Amino acid sequence: MKILIIEDELRLLQTLTESLAKEKYIIETASDFNTAMDKIGIYDYDCILLDIMLPGGSGLDILKELKRQEKSQNVIIISAKDSIDDKVAGLELGADDYLTKPFHTAELNARIKAVLRRKNLDGKNSIEIGNVELDLLNRELKVNNENVALNRKEFDILNYFLLNKNRLITKSALAERVWGDHIDQADNFDFIYYQIKNLRKKLQQANAHIEIEAVYGVGYKLVEK
Amino acid sequence: MKLLNKSLRYLLISLFFIIGIWSVIFYFRLLNEIKGSVDEGLENYKRQIVHLAQKDTNILRQHSFEEGFYAIKEIDSNYAFSFRDIYVDTLMYMQDNDDENMELEPVRQLTTAFERNGKYYKLTIINSMVEEDDLVQDLIWEAVGLYLVLILSIAFINNFVLQKLWEPFYLLLEKLKNFQLGKSEIPVVPTNVKEFEDLQIALKSLLINSNQTLEKQKEFIGNASHELQTPLAIAIHKLELILEKNKLDNEQAEQIAEILNIIERLTKLNKSLLLLTKIENNQFINNEDLILNDTFKQCLDEYEELLEYKNIQVELIENSELKLNIDPALAQIIASNLIKNAIVHNVENGILKIEFKDQQLIVSNSGKKVALDGTKIFDRFQKSNQEQGGSGLGLAILKAICNIYGYQVSYNFKNELHNFEITFR
Repeated sequence: MKILIIEDELRLLQTLTESLAKEKYIIETASDFNTAMDKIGIYDYDCILLDIMLPGGSGLDILKELKRQEKSQNVIIISAKDSIDDKVAGLELGADDYLTKPFHTAELNARIKAVLRRKNLDGKNSIEIGNVELDLLNRELKVNNENVALNRKEFDILNYFLLNKNRLITKSALAERVWGDHIDQADNFDFIYYQIKNLRKKLQQANAHIEIEAVYGVGYKLVEK
Repeated sequence: MKLLNKSLRYLLISLFFIIGIWSVIFYFRLLNEIKGSVDEGLENYKRQIVHLAQKDTNILRQHSFEEGFYAIKEIDSNYAFSFRDIYVDTLMYMQDNDDENMELEPVRQLTTAFERNGKYYKLTIINSMVEEDDLVQDLIWEAVGLYLVLILSIAFINNFVLQKLWEPFYLLLEKLKNFQLGKSEIPVVPTNVKEFEDLQIALKSLLINSNQTLEKQKEFIGNASHELQTPLAIAIHKLELILEKNKLDNEQAEQIAEILNIIERLTKLNKSLLLLTKIENNQFINNEDLILNDTFKQCLDEYEELLEYKNIQVELIENSELKLNIDPALAQIIASNLIKNAIVHNVENGILKIEFKDQQLIVSNSGKKVALDGTKIFDRFQKSNQEQGGSGLGLAILKAICNIYGYQVSYNFKNELHNFEITFR
């Protein structure tokens, strides 16, 4: 999997690269408009992370160029501008997703996976790890081919964990997922804890080969047993 | 009051006085004119009578008015020489053809003296005069009639003229009412009236200026958010990377987690402030017709698990359907901020009551058994306590949304319930 990160802030570019490298992607970077244009002209990428405000031009023009070359699929815009106009313009130009900075590593990871899965969708719309299968279409969890009942939030949380296997998910990243993308008045971490506890119990009872581990009290991590 | 009515009111008052004063003057001048002409007639009679008296002595025997309109009386010469012609208004019993009985009627009387064959006579001639009260009455009716005719025709003409002349003004006004900064074109109305042209020029420069200010402000907000969000993003990613490396002891990890939480709070604060600024700058308005009941039901659905977790009993009372013309994103923020607020500040096994009345919404929740300060609760950064980790902007955002749509939002504490009321009128 080849990923191009177009981002002008070098330190962010560096941390993103470091973080995504853990997922075994091949990562290339571009930190200004012209480099980015050169790279998309020469190479093909599975996914492009695109910042809108770039030195030398607008990310939207890169999108236009990609569209002209009929390569515009699998672009995730990462912008500091939480502007509806930009969002609409970007999605209309063929971007797949729009992520507002700052975001959690886990969130970016989940979005990239979702985009890649859509691209390599071999008629299958589920995530499988060990004896666990999460059917995204019917929103069902199967362990050893047996249905395990989950409520909506539990399903969303598990889905998030499966997309971020072996990665730390902080409580606040989870809270943001679970509470939605509204402005948070309060994140009720107790509620998250309670949901995770239930989820763990259900996984254990079904003899699933995955486990949700607590990490330092900061967050959680899903590992394969 | 409409311009038309206002100008009509001034005309009504001033015309009343003008016609009133004019009528009084007219009355006296008319009376004067009548007297003048009656006096001329009397003078004429006098000459005729004096002339006739030279030939016919019978005339001299008419001492009273009983048979005619004159009376003659002999006087001594001294008296006669001091005599001047005297015209007076007096009253006399007479029967006009419109009277049933004898009535006192006004008459004009000329008293004069003449000489015949060395004898002196006093001659009194009368002529009936116009009845002043009749004249006054007639005149008042005429004046009232004139007044009414004038007012009606002025109202009619004024209406027509105003509509015709002021047409560009009303057109401009209509366009301005629908004007939205940064969205609408600057209104132009064709006119060749100097004042309206000037008004348009002044308006245009004002609107262009405001538009530019709005643009600059938007740009500033965009830039400020960019400048803040990116460093925040870097900090979050770096800290997450450190934590993921798994080389920390517990104490270090907890400290890093604490820093991470602080940065996340900063992020949320920044986002909330940006949202608040955006709302206050009216950068949201893509109004649609929607039913607020549905928005609330969807929102309740989203928080179903959380409500269950806190075992909060939800009571939804729908006495009416609240149809609003509002930006759907803002309607959602109203619903989620109110519901979230009611959940976060609620107690375990508490109550959340949502009541839809006619043009009114009441969200009530159990919680602390003390009333909050209703005057400050919608201010920025008002928090009941620190432990919830909220931004303290939720209700300020709610208030800002209500402000742009002209809804009234208030808080009260009744029967151990905290009530948030929005009136949509």
